[in-house]
Amino acid sequence: MSGTPLLSLAIWVPILAGFVVLATGSDRNAPLARMLSLIGAVAGLLVTIPLYTGFDMHTPAMQFVELKTWIPRFNVNYHLGVDGISMLFVILNSFITVTVVLAGWQVIDHKVAQYNAGFLIMSGLLNGIFSSLDGLLFYVFFEASLIPLYLIIGVWGGPRRVYAAFKFFLFTLFGSLLFLLALLYLFIASGGSFSILDWHQLPIGMTAQTWLFLAFLVAFAVKVPMWPVHTWLPDAHVEAPTGGSIVLAAIALKLGAYGFLRFSLPIAPDASHALAGLVLGLSLIAIIYIGFVALAQEDMKKLVAYSSIAHMGFVTLGFFLFSALGVEGALVQMISHGFVSGAMFFAIGVMYDRAHSRQIADYGGVVNTMPKFAAFFMLFAMANAGLPATSGFVGEFMVILAAVDHNFWVAFAAASTMIVGAAYTLWMYKRVVFGAVANHHVAELTDINAREFLIFVLFAAGALGMGLYPQPFTEVMHSSVNELLRHVALSKIQ
Amino acid sequence: MEMQKLYLLVPLAPLLGAVIAGLFCRIIPRWVAHSVAIAGVAIAFVASYVIFKDVMAGNTYNGPVYQWLTSGDYRFEVGFLIDQLTVTMMLVVTFVSLMVHIYTIGYMQDDPGYNRFFSYISLFTFSMLMLVMSNNFMQLFFGWEAVGLVSYLLIGFWYTRPTAIFANLKAFLVNRVGDFGFILGIGLVLAYFGTLDYAAVFAKAPAVAAHTTIALFGEGKGVELMTAICILLFIGAMGKSAQVPLHVWLPDSMEGPTPISALIHAATMVTAGIFMVARMSPLFELSDTALSFVIVIGSITALFMGFLGIIQNDIKRVVAYSTLSQLGYMTVALGASAYSVAIFHLMTHAFFKALLFLAAGSVIIGMHHDQDIRNMGGLRKYMPITWITSLIGSLALIGTPFFAGFYSKDSIIEAVALSHIPGAGFAYFAVMAGVFVTAFYSFRMYFLVFHGEERFGKHVDHGHHAAHAKAAHPSESGDHAEHVEDEPDADHHGLAPGQKPHETPWVVTLPLILLAIPSVIIGYIAIEPMLFGDYFASAIYVNSEAHPVMEELAHHFHGALAMATHAVTTAVFWLAFLGVALSWFLYMKRPDIPAAIKARSGFLYTLLDNKYYFDKFNDVFFAGGARLLGRGLWKGGDAGLIDGIIVNGSVHLVGWFATLARLFQTGHIYHYAFTMIIGVFVLMTLWVTRA
Repeated sequence: MSGTPLLSLAIWVPILAGFVVLATGSDRNAPLARMLSLIGAVAGLLVTIPLYTGFDMHTPAMQFVELKTWIPRFNVNYHLGVDGISMLFVILNSFITVTVVLAGWQVIDHKVAQYNAGFLIMSGLLNGIFSSLDGLLFYVFFEASLIPLYLIIGVWGGPRRVYAAFKFFLFTLFGSLLFLLALLYLFIASGGSFSILDWHQLPIGMTAQTWLFLAFLVAFAVKVPMWPVHTWLPDAHVEAPTGGSIVLAAIALKLGAYGFLRFSLPIAPDASHALAGLVLGLSLIAIIYIGFVALAQEDMKKLVAYSSIAHMGFVTLGFFLFSALGVEGALVQMISHGFVSGAMFFAIGVMYDRAHSRQIADYGGVVNTMPKFAAFFMLFAMANAGLPATSGFVGEFMVILAAVDHNFWVAFAAASTMIVGAAYTLWMYKRVVFGAVANHHVAELTDINAREFLIFVLFAAGALGMGLYPQPFTEVMHSSVNELLRHVALSKIQ
Repeated sequence: MEMQKLYLLVPLAPLLGAVIAGLFCRIIPRWVAHSVAIAGVAIAFVASYVIFKDVMAGNTYNGPVYQWLTSGDYRFEVGFLIDQLTVTMMLVVTFVSLMVHIYTIGYMQDDPGYNRFFSYISLFTFSMLMLVMSNNFMQLFFGWEAVGLVSYLLIGFWYTRPTAIFANLKAFLVNRVGDFGFILGIGLVLAYFGTLDYAAVFAKAPAVAAHTTIALFGEGKGVELMTAICILLFIGAMGKSAQVPLHVWLPDSMEGPTPISALIHAATMVTAGIFMVARMSPLFELSDTALSFVIVIGSITALFMGFLGIIQNDIKRVVAYSTLSQLGYMTVALGASAYSVAIFHLMTHAFFKALLFLAAGSVIIGMHHDQDIRNMGGLRKYMPITWITSLIGSLALIGTPFFAGFYSKDSIIEAVALSHIPGAGFAYFAVMAGVFVTAFYSFRMYFLVFHGEERFGKHVDHGHHAAHAKAAHPSESGDHAEHVEDEPDADHHGLAPGQKPHETPWVVTLPLILLAIPSVIIGYIAIEPMLFGDYFASAIYVNSEAHPVMEELAHHFHGALAMATHAVTTAVFWLAFLGVALSWFLYMKRPDIPAAIKARSGFLYTLLDNKYYFDKFNDVFFAGGARLLGRGLWKGGDAGLIDGIIVNGSVHLVGWFATLARLFQTGHIYHYAFTMIIGVFVLMTLWVTRA
């Protein structure tokens, strides 16, 4: 197994499958396109499994490394590898792709091949981001992954899809430009290397570190998204088709957070420490401010979008506590959020497919007509509210505990999510699901079918499995996280 | 090895029952659902009894089941601590749960959610067992939240009722306020002890407490670490055990079916906070400030919640307020460092309060789901078993000598009298006054339900609608609280004119009888070993030098028999007697007087009727305020400032600049040529004048 280029497979199997699906052409071949997409997505997931089973959790070094020259003139390499931080995201992404293909099975009925191909290609590109060890290669994947998502929102989206797609694109592009400048600076400063691992070892003065940190911060804050550059997300979610929302929430938001760990902390450790207060402050604003904003939402998708921002606040908070519990808690939160927010968006999609509304006020008493759906929705609502035994609890618990160690009042502010998070999630659940049948639209709802049941089961397995036994998820992180923290504790100023 | 498997069996048997009844609730017939659920709980009860015997033989256990999570230097495990305190709770929980399971067959027989209900109560039993059997704070928190979840699901069991789904959301959120404090307390434990394992934390606690203050309010304004930890943990207990001001959810939780009111909201879950503090006795003993806080909160709850019981007309709400008041008693005992007395009262209360609730449920069945005590009266003729068992429960509750409640409540009062913790003086007044109040409202209900004029089958409408209109919350805009009255709900009718109440089937009355037995005898049997013997051994720690309450109490104790016979000479007995006599006089002899008092005491009655305005305040200030704040931040911050001014503003700025720039891009050659000439002219001028 050791000789197999697993990471290349994880990247190129879905992309190749995407092009095959595209080749089926028009909607006359839609059933074939769907079947091929599912095969491609499952194959894409299967090739990532050995990444976990073959993973050596005792070393912080990059594993499954592939290194080939790409553009020799600028010393750009096709350099891949994963460690305990990135490996799980490759698997999570491939898993989410399967659910997305299944989620669009009956709902997407025009441009089926193009829709599915978009997701498959995006899946490969996202895997590329998580496994790139070359700065320019990372950037190429980072930017390229915008295109399919932009198209998915712009073509299969809701009525204001063009506005949302533009807003999404411009926000992220704005951040990316600063990111590119930072990469070019590092290329020159390192004497002509694009290797991220080289950059980690590069001594940099405080001023330069500060500028680099700020450039990274803007680029990644937009992606996470952090307050105040978050306003593109609710619009993008509202207009995106269900599959788009799932990928956006489950994977795309993780890119920014991942960037903090791969770039900001190890490349600019001194600036990271100096400016940690800024990030902690923004994270707490995300948790509290956005929590209250979520409470006021009338559109279910917007509510879950805002709740995503609040949950991602825990991720950035955990990173900048500089403790193993905090960083691992943040990583757990990222994976958990993939399952939980993915499932929440899917649940809203299930209702939207039937009643064609996302307004909370249009529902009420859904449990009477969709009891099986209500049970699953309850599970994920509780996971969203951070109930123990679900994955939503683990990350929040770890980050709050790490925060108490850092500063009691930071933890105090963060723990307010226990109340606010439960309030907005369960209040929505109450208004939508409980009660007597509110109107004839609700009365005509039909319960979930086998396909939807299967998707819920997949998400539930993730959310419950991780909640009951998180150790398999965290034990692979230990070496890499400890090494990262050891590295970040050392000054780079010479 | 053998015993460890048995430990595991105790929580897993009910869990299996819950999973089978829950996952296949639409497929399996009812008898399968209740059989697996009851079998699971029965197995847990028998296993608990075996473990009890084993622990009494001196075999305690503390060990992990599996490693949940490691991170950094921290290890989090799922594990069991089996000692005297644990087995006491396990027996109480499984026994009451078993009774409630059997009772449910009768109570829920017409309900379409029958299988789902069994799944929930078995899941509850599992969660509660995980809570009490835990050997660490992480699992404690898991059980803590899991019982909260099941409570949420069960309060909202009849999910089409607006009042029920309002009450369950409220219960969950109020509990979350407590959990907010609780998790911060756990965080402090981890930060300063480096572990969440009880044994390790308790062992280190005296050393750490001696020299650790934390600068919570700035440098130089340190708070003792133990005070901070204990008060934060107790805030969690205030939510779960419904202490003022986090008590507001418990009365509303009566929206749930009666069996769960008995099991969850009286006998077991609400006592989790009491259990937790007793379990943490090695920590609480290190902070007198925290103990004072506990005793004051407890005494406020014990007295003021009792007052509210006097004016309730819904049979379940009377019992609910008496539960609040009794939880206050237990909390007072904790604050007086009489942890074993608190657990003793927890146990006796679990039996007689479960009995009272189940009896109330039996009355409700007999009355065809009319819950208003003003529509009852004279039921003793029609429901003899319910009558006798209710009388036993009420006598136990008010502390009649020889009954279970007498021994536990009297011990609390004596312990408070002996305590020197700041706040104990007020607490003593509160628990003494509480005796009278408890006796009064308990027998007010008893007389109105079982004696006197038969008022049923007359003005049914006035009764339950009034009760429900009050329960429905007017301020919840957007919900359909006002629709409650015209809802055709099968559960909401009363006896038709001329119809008589009837005694309930044996599945209902059998649990009543089985619960009535311990309600009478358990106090007499258990007081000596539990309070003055070596029953709890090292499970509960009391610093007898600083808080010598239990030792002094032992001096006054001369056996259970002497305690009861001696009672007649105490003020406590006569206070209770006075309460009963007064309620008899007011509600049996002169029923015109209460109405006159009600009419004259306008302000006081309004205050009580509005439950001291806690609900109104929370509705307006917290619920309303949060929604207003959210809306303000959304419309003002996100939509106004960020999107409106910064994002769209910069778009407009670019647009404006482009418009300006467009003026220079006319496309006419002569414009460009002219501009060039001007430019050259300006540059040359600058160059020439430079020198």
